[in-house]
Amino acid sequence: MNENGTASSRLARVLRSGQMAVTSECGPPRGSDPSAIREKGRLIKDYVDAVNVTDNQTAMTRMCSLAACIHLKQEGIEPVLQMVTRDRNRVALQSDILGAASFNIPNMLCLSGDHQSFGDCPQGQNVHDLDSMQLVQTACHMRDEGKFLGGDEIKRPPAIFVGAAANPFADPFEIRIPRLAKKIACGAQFIQTQCIYNIDKFKEWMRRACDRGLSEKAFIMAGMTPMKSVGMAKYMKNKVPGMDVPDEIIRRLGSVDKKKQAQEGIEICIEHIQELAQVDGVAGFHIMAIEWEEKVPEIVERAGLFTRPVV
Amino acid sequence: MIIARKKPVEEIITEIDPYDRILILGCNECVTVCEAGGKKEVEILASALTLHYQARGKAKTFGKATLERQCDREYLEEIRGRIHNYDAVLSLACGVGVQFAAETYTATPLLPGVDTVCLGANEERGLWTERCQACGSCVLARTGGICPVSRCAKRVMNGPCGGSANGKCELGPDTDCAWQLIIDRLKALGRLEDYEQVAPIKDWSTDRAGGPRTITREDIQL
Repeated sequence: MNENGTASSRLARVLRSGQMAVTSECGPPRGSDPSAIREKGRLIKDYVDAVNVTDNQTAMTRMCSLAACIHLKQEGIEPVLQMVTRDRNRVALQSDILGAASFNIPNMLCLSGDHQSFGDCPQGQNVHDLDSMQLVQTACHMRDEGKFLGGDEIKRPPAIFVGAAANPFADPFEIRIPRLAKKIACGAQFIQTQCIYNIDKFKEWMRRACDRGLSEKAFIMAGMTPMKSVGMAKYMKNKVPGMDVPDEIIRRLGSVDKKKQAQEGIEICIEHIQELAQVDGVAGFHIMAIEWEEKVPEIVERAGLFTRPVV
Repeated sequence: MIIARKKPVEEIITEIDPYDRILILGCNECVTVCEAGGKKEVEILASALTLHYQARGKAKTFGKATLERQCDREYLEEIRGRIHNYDAVLSLACGVGVQFAAETYTATPLLPGVDTVCLGANEERGLWTERCQACGSCVLARTGGICPVSRCAKRVMNGPCGGSANGKCELGPDTDCAWQLIIDRLKALGRLEDYEQVAPIKDWSTDRAGGPRTITREDIQL
């Protein structure tokens, strides 16, 4: 395990202590009023170790992730800066890494980002100067070598805990583990997975990751998103790329009254967390309650992840 | 091969409307093969435009010519003796041909009659697909002969991204996931372990990012 950058990160300290870490996420607003993100942060502050801030998720233009991270930090919440390679070239990405480091934002998650055709600027150019693995390498290079990609020295290099995403369910399944291994070889210290609904398939993926020793090289956090309704479950199954929603989940949500489906979704989420907490290699949970942050405390508490440790 | 697509005739009419005498200039190379701008298309377009203006009672003259290549000065010289007869040239060549003709005949407006789309292959009759973006630094040796720059919507070099499903790109079922193709190919070659080699951060200076590219071959220069 590469321990560089882990001292300043509470998330890293919790993970290193061997306790289950909990992260959640906040989407920045589609405007310049910071009150919503601060309010979302306050709701979950005591229930999580760090909060991911998405970077123009689904390619919709929003307040920049870095600014929203700063708002959270001012609320006393540790942010995880999400960075996609879709919108910025290596000059801008390195510049933002330094900007984040200047505010002592201790974590970042490297992603490629959804294609811009899904967002509000489908006619725009994408950049993808780097891919997500190369962004992991870039961040680690800046931190560990104290140098820019161009070779010049950085005065006060960033001290960041660097993560990447993994989708245990995307195709082709046979390279899911090699791909994870590749991200970790690039320097990813923690991994947050895509939302897990197919528990059996996730366990198989996790078993293979452990067999290759990957869970010892990086902390793997299981991604959880509570379903709000059977409609959401069907949408995720059919419309969201790379999502694996078993029919059993859809049947279960559909079997209860419409008004009770949201609560059933929470119950499923809690059961899944409790089940996955017993799985070898799972180091924590990343709870992505999309625009449903107020439910995170209940999930964390009832899943047995409260209180959060002092580290 | 350079693949081009016919411009909508309405757009062409807007382009040529201010001029009375127009030379429609085809090209006998790539645009002929992809049936966007060869001799046949010159004839068809000239007929369509003639009919359009006749119906509106406007007298316009449409000349016709198709050069062997518009990206070669030698062939462009073939119209030197007659270009002064026209107010404008509507070139059905790719963007290279249009520009080269414009450079050769600076006194005459050169208008594009096709949209140049990509470097592609002829999959079947009426179907062309992009294969190359001329990035100037080929990675095909590492990717089983399938190009992630031109065939992945995010041109990820270590893919696939998280959006690939059932072998298709997150853009939709009409687009193959380039990385699924790469993985399949590496597997068929017995080289799947090559996938785990991390692709180095790409040097895009050979791409358009490095500015207009010039290729010099001193060994063949006269």
